[in-house]
Amino acid sequence: MSVAIELKGITKTFGNVVANDNVDLTVNRGEILSILGENGSGKTTLMNMIAGIYYPDHGQIFIGGEEVVIGSPKDAFKYGIGMIHQHFKLVDVFTATENIILGLENDGKYDVKKASARVKEISEQYGFDIDPNKKIYEMSVSEKQTVEIIKVLYRGADILILDEPTAVLTPQETQKLFKVLRNMRKDGKAIVIITHKLHEVLSLSDRVSVLCKGKYAGTVNTAETDEMALTEMMVGKKVELNIDRTEPKNVQKRLEVKDVTCLNREGVKVLDDVSFVANSGEILGIAGIAGSGQRELLESIAGLQKINEGDIYYYNPKTGSVDDLRDKTPIQIRDLGVRLSFVPEDRLGMGLVGNMDIVDNMMLRSYSKGKSVFLERKAPKELAEDIINRLEVVTPGASTPVRRLSGGNVQKVLVGREIAAAPTVLMAAYPVRGLDINSSYLIYNLLNQQKEQGVAVVFVGEDLDVLLELCDRILVIGGGRVTGIVDARTATKEEIGLLMTKSASEGGEN
Amino acid sequence: MARQEKKHEPLFHIVKRGSIVWWKSWVIRALAVVAALAFSGVVSVLITGENPFDIYITMFKGAFGSSHRIWNLLQGIAMLLCVSLAVTPAFKMRFWNIGAEGQALIGGFVAAACMLKLTGVIPNWLMIPVMLIGSMLAGAIWGLLPAFFKANWGTNETLFTLMMNYIAMQIVSYFANIWAVPKGSGQIGMINGDTNIGWLPRILGQRYLLNIIIVLALTAFIYIYLKYSKHGYEISVVGESENTARYIGINVKKVIIRTMIISGALCGIAGFLLVAGSDHSITPDTIGGRGFTAIMVSWLAKFNPIFMILTSFILVFMQRGAGQVATDLGLNQAFSDIIAGIIIFFIIGSEFFINYQIKFREKEVKTK
Repeated sequence: MSVAIELKGITKTFGNVVANDNVDLTVNRGEILSILGENGSGKTTLMNMIAGIYYPDHGQIFIGGEEVVIGSPKDAFKYGIGMIHQHFKLVDVFTATENIILGLENDGKYDVKKASARVKEISEQYGFDIDPNKKIYEMSVSEKQTVEIIKVLYRGADILILDEPTAVLTPQETQKLFKVLRNMRKDGKAIVIITHKLHEVLSLSDRVSVLCKGKYAGTVNTAETDEMALTEMMVGKKVELNIDRTEPKNVQKRLEVKDVTCLNREGVKVLDDVSFVANSGEILGIAGIAGSGQRELLESIAGLQKINEGDIYYYNPKTGSVDDLRDKTPIQIRDLGVRLSFVPEDRLGMGLVGNMDIVDNMMLRSYSKGKSVFLERKAPKELAEDIINRLEVVTPGASTPVRRLSGGNVQKVLVGREIAAAPTVLMAAYPVRGLDINSSYLIYNLLNQQKEQGVAVVFVGEDLDVLLELCDRILVIGGGRVTGIVDARTATKEEIGLLMTKSASEGGEN
Repeated sequence: MARQEKKHEPLFHIVKRGSIVWWKSWVIRALAVVAALAFSGVVSVLITGENPFDIYITMFKGAFGSSHRIWNLLQGIAMLLCVSLAVTPAFKMRFWNIGAEGQALIGGFVAAACMLKLTGVIPNWLMIPVMLIGSMLAGAIWGLLPAFFKANWGTNETLFTLMMNYIAMQIVSYFANIWAVPKGSGQIGMINGDTNIGWLPRILGQRYLLNIIIVLALTAFIYIYLKYSKHGYEISVVGESENTARYIGINVKKVIIRTMIISGALCGIAGFLLVAGSDHSITPDTIGGRGFTAIMVSWLAKFNPIFMILTSFILVFMQRGAGQVATDLGLNQAFSDIIAGIIIFFIIGSEFFINYQIKFREKEVKTK
């Protein structure tokens, strides 16, 4: 086994942030190496330097034993390095083949037929499943990813870097991808996958290199380690990874979504006849492939999405009345006495205003109360300080713009504000996305506390392991339809994975 | 081999700053002004052959040389500041209102029209209030139209407000011909020069003092409006993210329309002050490009009305100073525009060095 890439003492800073601090790394040919680390630990930055996107401040890169300078993605290709980014860079109206050969210099002429044949050849060699003439906009996320992988193979890459490749895949698609990666390993390619999912690391890779807060924490052979040990390396200290799920108490109907259908601007159904009930004292999980209608579902409850058909009923615990929330604005919903809190997916683009300080963000939802034309900043200030103390938000002070905070702290501010409104319904979309392990568990615990206090919690998540561990019931959504509602205590990951892909093919009837 | 490859390492690369200490950013800005003066000095010497220090002294004299010049300078600052204050709420809302020129002009036009057509018709004491309200209404309508179309149909406000400028200018040109004194001259000339009806009164014998006081009051008003009022808060939220505004139930259309009415009405006040407080006449060039310079004043001050006093001072000082250099050395107005352009370029350019820093190749750093 020969060394493909060696990094020595790589350092990269952005402003005051040290993204990589003196990192060493070795990648061998014929192996799969996982780069493991929490969000913000510098995994992607490090790989971007190999792929020619960033340039290191210090340090050396060796390829096949020789020191090289990688100043651009073109240089990287020259050395056989190909990176598959988290966000695909494909032209929607082109076919797979056209995207693959796009930008290759060959006397200004493209021989699409020949290229198609070559694409097919590569697919067969490694076990990809792809139609070279299919247009990108007709493809699923996993097919698009396949196109990206073939693109770098077509260009002759023998060192492949994949940035969080499984984040957007179902369990079944993940297994398929892993099979392909193993085939490539057999072929002698060097494969690096960036991830923060421990079970993937253990099932796929030969060795694991761990980064912790930008520093190199060491490399271990996968066979000689386990989840506990890796977590400790990744976080830098021992952590408890337990979610304490209690039995639901005092369960009452709180929110009923009935036959809701929503169309988007193009007239396509984004929600199709969705019905379910969210109960107080319970966490209802929502699982599905990204973009299956999760956002529209929560937004239609919050009064942000126009509903074409159906109703949303709120059962008021105080008055016992039942209100229809359909066609009401967020302000009207609030004035009805509905205490609905919503942690949207897009934290800085929707839930908070990045350039405003924590105090001003606290009053986003409450500023309009009262008759005065002037703002009242005293209560928001106290709330801000309270949240900073209670949730241990790391910030220079309450008057720091939230955009300067790290992802986890931004989320603490947002969740803290929404919980402080003493909700009866709490909706959270991907509340732990991009958070480190400690912050994630803090958020899970906060959701659990709300449940125990009798709040109806709706939790949209992407990590099925967490959904199964945290929720009481899980609603699976696929292509805007409810494809199943399962008991989280008895369901399996595979079962949910199947439900997730169900409506896309046959239109589930559950 | 490795050594040869090393040569491809870039000499420097650009890195975004995480944050910057406040005094450092001011040092960078001050350095930019110094560099601008040095560079414009070099350019002046190359063109005129004069001693650069003479040129600086001439510039200074042009702005502060006599009490008359100082009052003119203050009036210039006040008028530019007034238009800048007017565009600021719109810009804070990310509504690219480049129609301040037209909004102010149409305001000034209504003021002049009142003086021409209502003198003797309404009581003299009522003239100034009527002019003021008329100007504000006209400016507000000029601001409302693009806002209404933007809010309802998503039209491009930049083009719309720009076109409204030309409409205002053509209206003024048209009436300048109809109302010309003497007929056929195409100019209205000074209105009510004998009776001073519709002229803002002098305070302490100074004709510009009332203008200046009004603009200072407006500065305080806009500062408080943007920072402490609910309206101001809504403007910030809509400007930062329409999605957030939707999420918290702000009626985005209403905020856009309301803010542009205010922005337009304030421009109308600027037009009123120019007509009633200094020109006592109207021409298509009464606003003199302030509607566009104001955008720069507002941006450079990061939409802070207090800093805008400083930025409008710098710009007006440069204009006056460079104008003086041009007159004294027998050069034309274009020369002062060149100098002002150089200085503005340096000031705006300094923002790059506040947001980014340049990192040189390792070896260069060591030899430093």
